[in-house]
Amino acid sequence: MLNPQLNRDGSLRHLLSIEGLPRTLITHILDTAAGFAGLVDPRREVKKLPLLRGRSVFNLFFENSTRTRTTFEIAAARLSADVINLNVSVSSTSKGESLLDTIDNLSAMHADIFVVRHSQSGAPYLIAKHLDKSRGVDEPAHIHVVNAGDGRHAHPTQGLLDAYTIRHYKQDFTKLRVAIVGDVLHSRVARSDIHALTTLGVPEVRVIGPRTLLPSGLEQMGVSVYTDMKKGLDGVDVIMMLRLQNERMNGALLPSAHEYFKSYGLTAEKLALAAPDAIVMHPGPMNRGVEIESSVADGAQSVILPQVTFGIAVRMAVMSILAAA
Amino acid sequence: MRLAIRHGRVVDPATGIDAPRDLLIAAGRIVGIVAPGDGDDFKPGRTLDATGLVVCPGLVDLSARLREPGSEYRATLESEIDAALAGGVTSLVCPPDTDPPLDEPGLVEMLKHRARTLNRTQVHPLGALTMGLAGSALTEMSELHDAGCIGFSQANVPIADTQVLLRALQYAQTFGFTVWWRPQDAYLGRGGVAASGPVAARLGLPSVPASNETVALLTLFELLRSFGREQGASVAPRVHLCRLSSAGGVALVRAARGEGLPVTCDVGVHHVHLTDMDIGFFDAQCRIDPPLRGQRDREAIRAGLLDGTIDAVCSDHTPVDDDAKLLPFGEAEPGATGLELLLPLVLKWADEERLPMVDALARVTQCSAAIVGGAVPTGRIEVGGIADLCLFAPDERWIVSPATLKSQGRNTPFTGYELKGRVRATVVGGLVVHEVRD
Repeated sequence: MLNPQLNRDGSLRHLLSIEGLPRTLITHILDTAAGFAGLVDPRREVKKLPLLRGRSVFNLFFENSTRTRTTFEIAAARLSADVINLNVSVSSTSKGESLLDTIDNLSAMHADIFVVRHSQSGAPYLIAKHLDKSRGVDEPAHIHVVNAGDGRHAHPTQGLLDAYTIRHYKQDFTKLRVAIVGDVLHSRVARSDIHALTTLGVPEVRVIGPRTLLPSGLEQMGVSVYTDMKKGLDGVDVIMMLRLQNERMNGALLPSAHEYFKSYGLTAEKLALAAPDAIVMHPGPMNRGVEIESSVADGAQSVILPQVTFGIAVRMAVMSILAAA
Repeated sequence: MRLAIRHGRVVDPATGIDAPRDLLIAAGRIVGIVAPGDGDDFKPGRTLDATGLVVCPGLVDLSARLREPGSEYRATLESEIDAALAGGVTSLVCPPDTDPPLDEPGLVEMLKHRARTLNRTQVHPLGALTMGLAGSALTEMSELHDAGCIGFSQANVPIADTQVLLRALQYAQTFGFTVWWRPQDAYLGRGGVAASGPVAARLGLPSVPASNETVALLTLFELLRSFGREQGASVAPRVHLCRLSSAGGVALVRAARGEGLPVTCDVGVHHVHLTDMDIGFFDAQCRIDPPLRGQRDREAIRAGLLDGTIDAVCSDHTPVDDDAKLLPFGEAEPGATGLELLLPLVLKWADEERLPMVDALARVTQCSAAIVGGAVPTGRIEVGGIADLCLFAPDERWIVSPATLKSQGRNTPFTGYELKGRVRATVVGGLVVHEVRD
């Protein structure tokens, strides 16, 4: 099956998921991001590059998000692209317009990149397939789709920026133990992280959470599953905490945030079980006292704020690889 | 009208025949099955030349949605019966989940009347087991039976209240009616759109575990056991289990049949061929109910068909509006068109398992006809029997595409597939109601 996000020559046509991206391509994106790192360093004077001058990036957020949308906006602006934000969740779809009709209307407005966030897994694939329908498979894409998060399925730019962060602090993926902690069942970040880490050669990826929040069939993604956080954190080099949404307390998945924190919250005491130079990551926004204790979130091992900075460079890299002439 | 079908290869699982024979038909019945060229004194009004074709009983499809009453924008009786005939299906059973559901005798009469005036495929409706399919009040099963229902079903709607389920079984048993039951727990995997497993985990799709089916089967079998036995046989009502999808389910049915519980079962033809891997990049054509499961489940279904645990294969034809598939996977409407694909897909299964054609065809003729039951036997070729026949070219290859399908629902996971086996003519009650002329 032809991977819809790649051109026939293996170059990136859309960024829909980290699944199916070859390691060399992921590494190329990370290397490109490293080249932009100087531009995004908050200590340096902000500079812009003209790489995407005259290009338009449309943020199509069918599911609300201020943070992710803002980082895409900043990344596009640093490349001199024009950015249009479309809050489609409040406009046409509520009037009954179908997803693909909305896409058709927007395509007629000469965008170069659609950054799409949607509550349904797979929505960006449907969009990309629809946009590519009128083009031959050997022709370059007319509009590139960047998945900013689809349901539970994928958040590829987050997976990439997490990989970038790990590479920045740890250099060699092939010597690491990484633990991902929390609500994996509902997490697109977890899935993208797992794909990125396994593709980049991390020998041990551990997933830690209560059984209710672990989907069946997880091992086949190449991870070891733990329900005991203390055992799972033993000797790990990277701890990636996931956000716990309030809705999980309904639907009989969890009894309370208090009990969740007791067993699965990252405290200083639990952090001590990991390697002494382990780094602590979180995609944000954090629920202090639910997933993570403040002393850890703000502590010396936390790289949560640098993740945000790196995220801009990674998004610049993705957009420039897709759309720069 | 008198009809002769000459030079064909007659294949009839019920009588075990697979040989060159001519068929002589008069007044809607088969009056002669003779060696090729014999029966000179039979002067037909029309002769069909079946050279190179297989002549088998018209297919009996245990589940095909005609979308009437109610969903005429999706399909109409005319379009779907055309599709049935193009698929060689001469009898079909339609589930009660129309709009409104078939819980009133008047609706059933209207449907039967509409089908009769079209005078083509035999339509056998299933009545709703509960009013509105809501799972709380019983329907007037006796009245519905008199109106033409051959059994009672909840379609794809589970019954949460086990007390109601038991009462429905008891009431059906009182009159000797068959309950057509899709085993489905009301709660496990509720809201799921794909089968639990590595594919759903990777794709981030809400999932339905196999226990959704196995728990429901265990519950049902316990309820059937509670009817007890008289003179060595179970007193439970006959239950036909619809659309098995899991290896666990097949194993439970095998054990239940071995124990002597009065159950039969079918499987949808998609589950004989496809697995959750075929979802690929969220292909909404593979969004069907029950969901496609894993490789082991498919293998267990195939083994169940071979050893007779599963009696029949049906198309589970469910035409869906094009727009309803052009949505993200979880929002797309479940269903696939199947009437025209049932025969070639059964032949494909036979090829892959190296099964003789006569054995494979049993699963869509003799065995499915036995489940439909009824006073007038169908699904067989015998002197005196009704002339419902399918003539097909067993080696003719064709590509599945919207252009080649007659159903108003063009959505199928098999789009683009090349299949072998093309219906060239269909005969219902001795009349040639479908013919492909080159």
